[in-house]
Amino acid sequence: MSHSISNEGGRRAARTATAAAPAPAGTPQPLLELRDLAITFTTSNGDVPAVRNAHLTVMPGETVAIVGESGSGKSTTALAAIGLLPGNGRVSHGSIIFDGEDITHASEKRIVELRGSSIGMVPQDPMSNLNPVWKIGFQVRETLKANGLPSGPQDVAKVLAEAGLPDAASRANQYPHEFSGGMRQRALIAIGLSCRPRLLIADEPTSALDVTVQRQILDHLDTMTEELGTAVLLITHDLGLAAERAHKVIVMYKGQVVEAGPALELLTNPRHPYTQKLVASAPSIASRRIESAKRAGVETEDLLAPAAAQGAALDKVIEVEDLTKVFKIRGSWGKSTDFTAVDKVSFSIARGTTTAVVGESGSGKSTVAKMVLGLEGASSGSIRFDGVDITTLGRKQMFDFRRRVQPIFQDPYGSLDPMYNIYRTIEEPLRVHGVGDAKSREKKVRALLDQVALPSSMMQRFPNELSGGQRQRVAIARALALDPEVVICDEAVSALDVLVQAQILNLLADLQAELGLSYLFITHDLAVVRQIADHVAVMEKGKLVEQGTTDEVFDNPRTAYTQALLAAIPGAGLVLPPEVA
Amino acid sequence: MVWYIARRFLQLIPVFLGATLLVYFLVFSLPGDATAAICGERGCTPAVVAGLREQYNLDQPFWIQYLLYLKGVLTFDLGTNFSGRPIATIIAEVFPTTAKLAIMALVIEAVFGIVFGLIAGLRKGRIFDSSVLVLSLIVIAVPIFVLGFLMQFLIGVKLQWTNPTVSGDATFTELLLPAIVLGLVSFAYVLRLTRTSIIENVNADYVRTATAKGLSRRRVVVVHVLRNSLIPVVTFLGADLGALMGGAIVTEGIFNVNGVGNTLYRAVLNGDGPMVVSIVTFLILIFCLANLLVDLLYAWLDPRIRYA
Repeated sequence: MSHSISNEGGRRAARTATAAAPAPAGTPQPLLELRDLAITFTTSNGDVPAVRNAHLTVMPGETVAIVGESGSGKSTTALAAIGLLPGNGRVSHGSIIFDGEDITHASEKRIVELRGSSIGMVPQDPMSNLNPVWKIGFQVRETLKANGLPSGPQDVAKVLAEAGLPDAASRANQYPHEFSGGMRQRALIAIGLSCRPRLLIADEPTSALDVTVQRQILDHLDTMTEELGTAVLLITHDLGLAAERAHKVIVMYKGQVVEAGPALELLTNPRHPYTQKLVASAPSIASRRIESAKRAGVETEDLLAPAAAQGAALDKVIEVEDLTKVFKIRGSWGKSTDFTAVDKVSFSIARGTTTAVVGESGSGKSTVAKMVLGLEGASSGSIRFDGVDITTLGRKQMFDFRRRVQPIFQDPYGSLDPMYNIYRTIEEPLRVHGVGDAKSREKKVRALLDQVALPSSMMQRFPNELSGGQRQRVAIARALALDPEVVICDEAVSALDVLVQAQILNLLADLQAELGLSYLFITHDLAVVRQIADHVAVMEKGKLVEQGTTDEVFDNPRTAYTQALLAAIPGAGLVLPPEVA
Repeated sequence: MVWYIARRFLQLIPVFLGATLLVYFLVFSLPGDATAAICGERGCTPAVVAGLREQYNLDQPFWIQYLLYLKGVLTFDLGTNFSGRPIATIIAEVFPTTAKLAIMALVIEAVFGIVFGLIAGLRKGRIFDSSVLVLSLIVIAVPIFVLGFLMQFLIGVKLQWTNPTVSGDATFTELLLPAIVLGLVSFAYVLRLTRTSIIENVNADYVRTATAKGLSRRRVVVVHVLRNSLIPVVTFLGADLGALMGGAIVTEGIFNVNGVGNTLYRAVLNGDGPMVVSIVTFLILIFCLANLLVDLLYAWLDPRIRYA
């Protein structure tokens, strides 16, 4: 096994060479340079520094990624370069130099000139970044027009077609709500690149999309910027994605650049403790690491802690058989058509293990979770919990069943009652189920908080005073309050930053080992699956297309769909030597 | 779309029947003898009273009276009021004045409300915004008859810029002052609605994207902020048009405008049943049509809304 570091995305490196070739010899001038940049927000509590001493350079044709968690100042830094800071933000120190021109305090007129034609932007959320009341074509056309380019219908169609939008001429006459997320993002890429800017700011351009779509979009963006020789400033929270797509990676933490350097060097030799943590916990990299390690014949157990207690009694705690859910979709004239959201799905969960159901949005995975929880009735099929079919349970038995199967939901901001303090949130299920008296319940809540590594001083606080990770810990504590046997995690870590995500996954694994819990893990993120699941079931359009142990599915994906999902994990193009771990 | 409009027109039928029935019943239940109003202070002989009762079907039971009235309406004959004038003629006479007044008021409140709301929204928290907000609160809080008399006194009587009252011709300049008074309260609502809507939209992601595309500030505001913000405002204006068309009893009273509101008021005082029912029914239909117009406008402004 060679230990050399290589980058399968080596075309990136080749591209720099060609892109840089026409530039005059000697030291080429950077396209964008941020020098000692500081950004301050004015709030009612005084000035809050958002970014300090940010330093970065982007050479013409180069892709530079800024990586960091939410609130690290990465988007703010990039937005400052195009003069798009929110009203209460300002550059308080340092300078922004674009193509040799200091634009830190340039006039509004000059910035408007630069926007679109010299610096383009592809925003984060395709759902909210297109104006819902104008046709797609109109929104492309006004971009061309504002920057003095020909803007006839054929020009608009050409721009959209370049971004990979099929049937562009007629699509241009549609409204955003008639587009899927992926198509909208293509339209936004079309807009961002329509005026051939020399620099493109891509702010988490795909984080709101399904993994397979994400990959297509990023590949397309790569190809386009390569052809046009556009420099890209890519903002992402995913280190794996950054390393795969960029030449240079800049890591930001709490408003400061903590580390910068060539992508692979940063991965192999992270110097700052924060980068080290990021490298250690980014799911896409961890997933990659397991693969490399396995290829090198290294045992994977010490790399992560899959909860499967080998040789534990493998009785089935949940068995799902031929589960089907048909929704009626309301049509015109009071007619309704049937939509089969879940189609004859069968799988089982062995006690004390983790089964993951993966799929893209719309695959029916969340509907499965709801049915197993008894929150949604099944159209046909059976769900057996400990041998008893829960679809036939009466009211009283259902109540008991709920005690033994508990959920953790995706959004820790939405799933906790903002009017309940933490103590009341965790104590509520105990009270509802009449467990113990007030005193013993308080003791139990303390113990639960301890289990999820939260201080008991947190009991009197309210959800809005907690961070996302802390809230998810509270949600876990609440789920565990009734000593359930099965915990159903519906995208339980998807809304969290990678480091927090890693902590929560570790916590879940520890709790499983300690309490013998069984998990049903619903997720779209295969990288997370690899870290936590023993058993994987892949769903596509309501059908279960593949299932097996995690290793089987990852090493030998049998269906094209699973292969596509696996290939779409960011960082798949990276080959890491095992010792990177 | 055509089918949608047709269905909306069909819906007018039950609304019409229900409204007339209800109003007819209320007028029927009014205490006192309707003929007393016709005869006036001196009274009529019993024979004349009996004749009047027969002429206006007052001797018939409620259902017969109502059905006879409906029959008249369906044959485009609204009958005569207690003074013997055809009701259709009276409505045709007074409605144009009210419509003129309503449209003037609507234009005033829409133009000023949206412009002031837009500026206030874009300059949230600054002097202009704060002062406009306080002013609009005062306008909403002070009763309309206070504002009406105050402006009539100041502008009409003291400054003598216009006539304090409106003549039978109801010219544009004469109607300007009543239109301002009539539109004043709605102006305050439109202003606040626009302002809130602008503040909400100006921070929307698509506005930032529009800016990033290199559009001028002016274009971003007009094309991307204003159009999206107008959707709730238009709904309000449409409903308001229906209300204004109904004639403003107070404003028309203050400025002596010979409009629908004044006529209705006099009919109620006289206990003139046929007149009241006809005017109210007419107003309900106008209101329904205004609402239909709003719904169609809404679909035009927001393409996500489709009617089938």
